[in-house]
Amino acid sequence: MRAMVEATGIVNRFGTQVVHDGLDMVAYEGEVFGIVGGSGSGKSVLLRTILGLRRPQAGVVKLEGRDITHLSWDELRAAKAGYGVTFQQGALYSSLTVLQNVQLPMVEHLRLPADALDALAMLKLRVVGLPADSGAKFPSQLSGGMIKRAALARALALDPQLLLLDEPTAGLDPISAAAFDELLMTLQRQLALTVVMITHDLDTIFRTCNRVGVIVDRRMISGSLAEIVDHPHPWIREYFHGERALRFGAADGA
Amino acid sequence: MHLSAEHQDGRLTLRLLGEWRALELPAIRQELAALQPGAAREILVDAGGAERLDLSGAWLLREFLAQAARGGARQVSFVGEPPPQLALLERTLRGDAAGAADKPAGDEQEPSPVAAVGRTAVGQWRGVRDGLDFTGRVTMQLLRAGRSLRRLRLTSVTRHVYDTGITAIPIVSLIAFLISVIIAYMSAQQLRNFGAEVYVVDLVTIGVLRELGVLLTAIIVAGRSGSAFAAEIGAMKLNEEVDALTATGVEPIEVLVLPRILGLMIALPLLTVIADGVGLAGGALLCKALLDMPIVQYFARVDAAISSTTFWAGLVKAPVFAILIATAGTYRGLQVRGSSRELGRLTTVAVVQAIFLVILADALFAVLFMEIDF
Repeated sequence: MRAMVEATGIVNRFGTQVVHDGLDMVAYEGEVFGIVGGSGSGKSVLLRTILGLRRPQAGVVKLEGRDITHLSWDELRAAKAGYGVTFQQGALYSSLTVLQNVQLPMVEHLRLPADALDALAMLKLRVVGLPADSGAKFPSQLSGGMIKRAALARALALDPQLLLLDEPTAGLDPISAAAFDELLMTLQRQLALTVVMITHDLDTIFRTCNRVGVIVDRRMISGSLAEIVDHPHPWIREYFHGERALRFGAADGA
Repeated sequence: MHLSAEHQDGRLTLRLLGEWRALELPAIRQELAALQPGAAREILVDAGGAERLDLSGAWLLREFLAQAARGGARQVSFVGEPPPQLALLERTLRGDAAGAADKPAGDEQEPSPVAAVGRTAVGQWRGVRDGLDFTGRVTMQLLRAGRSLRRLRLTSVTRHVYDTGITAIPIVSLIAFLISVIIAYMSAQQLRNFGAEVYVVDLVTIGVLRELGVLLTAIIVAGRSGSAFAAEIGAMKLNEEVDALTATGVEPIEVLVLPRILGLMIALPLLTVIADGVGLAGGALLCKALLDMPIVQYFARVDAAISSTTFWAGLVKAPVFAILIATAGTYRGLQVRGSSRELGRLTTVAVVQAIFLVILADALFAVLFMEIDF
């Protein structure tokens, strides 16, 4: 199996506060890898490190086998066209319409006439289940669920093979979240995507993830979903088997 | 190379090769455009050779086949199963009548000139009404805040005095100095013709004290702080912080607008005093350099030139200008909604309006002072 994302020996410090201390993570091609961890355990910091938005104090991040910290400007630009990202709050460009948001990566990377770009962007909107008339709306006119979908459409703009999602279902009602998971799984299967996602949502984890990495004690414990559910670490036990998890019957799903 | 094509007896065999992915689209389009599917009655697609076919690639293939069908191809068939990406496309786009080429809705119709005039007029009236509404709210809050010291938020006011006043001292001083240099040079050149160089002092003194000291200070502050007020409050609006305040039962005007108005009302007069001082000092320096006038004589002349009201005629305008600048900034900031572009637009509006109002008020003051002989 080919490693799409590989982080080794990551050390992240903010002043005296150590967030990651020799963290290792691998996500293989074609899998859905869930990143789990308590608040403040550095999930988003890890994602920012993978994206190259933050340079770790130590460690190496490789995307599709290439070390992103040692790429030329052109190589980095090409590498960035190879993955799609969604941020926690959507991070849609507020002064552009939804359609223009989806088009922005295309305009940057593809030389195509305007009508082809319009059609392609509209296709992406439809794929994520947004109605055609949402294309002309501005982000401030969208509901939370639509923002998440529009952000996914923008992440898919260049048909990347790797998707990095930061809490894609946070803030959605359980039914919308389930629909979003369903959509994500359909796309993942049909387009053979590799998905790395941060999530707090047990339902999402059990519905979508093949493998899970848990950030505990500034490192990552990862394995198949079944392995992680049975892991003896107290925090992981509490997470998957605590009263909260049992109430949802999530542990039975493993 | 993304495809190989074979024409045979009205039959076109299309083999997909290489990577049919989004980043290759421009190249694939060119290759497809070079094909002449017009003559083909039948098209056979072999997608097996493509290392990769993503959604964008599948879309392009679908567009090409649709175009060929319109051009006369009766039958499109695939070697083996059609690629699943095409099926996903079909399902997604089902129900779109004209295919995927829908223009985004919302192309607004060109309004007729009459409608445009009407719309502008209504918009202007609403603007005036909203402005009055805001002024009323601020006044009400000020009256309410006046009853208890706690509501005046002195910590916040102090911060704004520092931000808008203390940190502006260097730039205000520099500008005041340069202005007195300009007046002194200009008037010295003209008055020399009449041998009346001594009146340079009068011009500098009265010009700086009555008008230019306070006016230029106000304009600088409008640029510095008017924009800062609008941007700060506007960003808070976008972040729903203002809504959070309202929901907590805290009146945004009380905590965001009043401290800025009060802070600026304290800071701007103080800055004006500094500008006046630096302006006079600059005049003294220039008279010494330009006219060989001793400093003592300069100040004796200053004393003779000004009346008891000259200094106050400038200073009394400062708090009024402060109110105008702070109100314009905070009001425009609170109007921000929706997008970051609005934030930029309204920050610009805040500064332009603040400067305009300051100059307008200054003109009114000039007329008033002449009428009452101040």
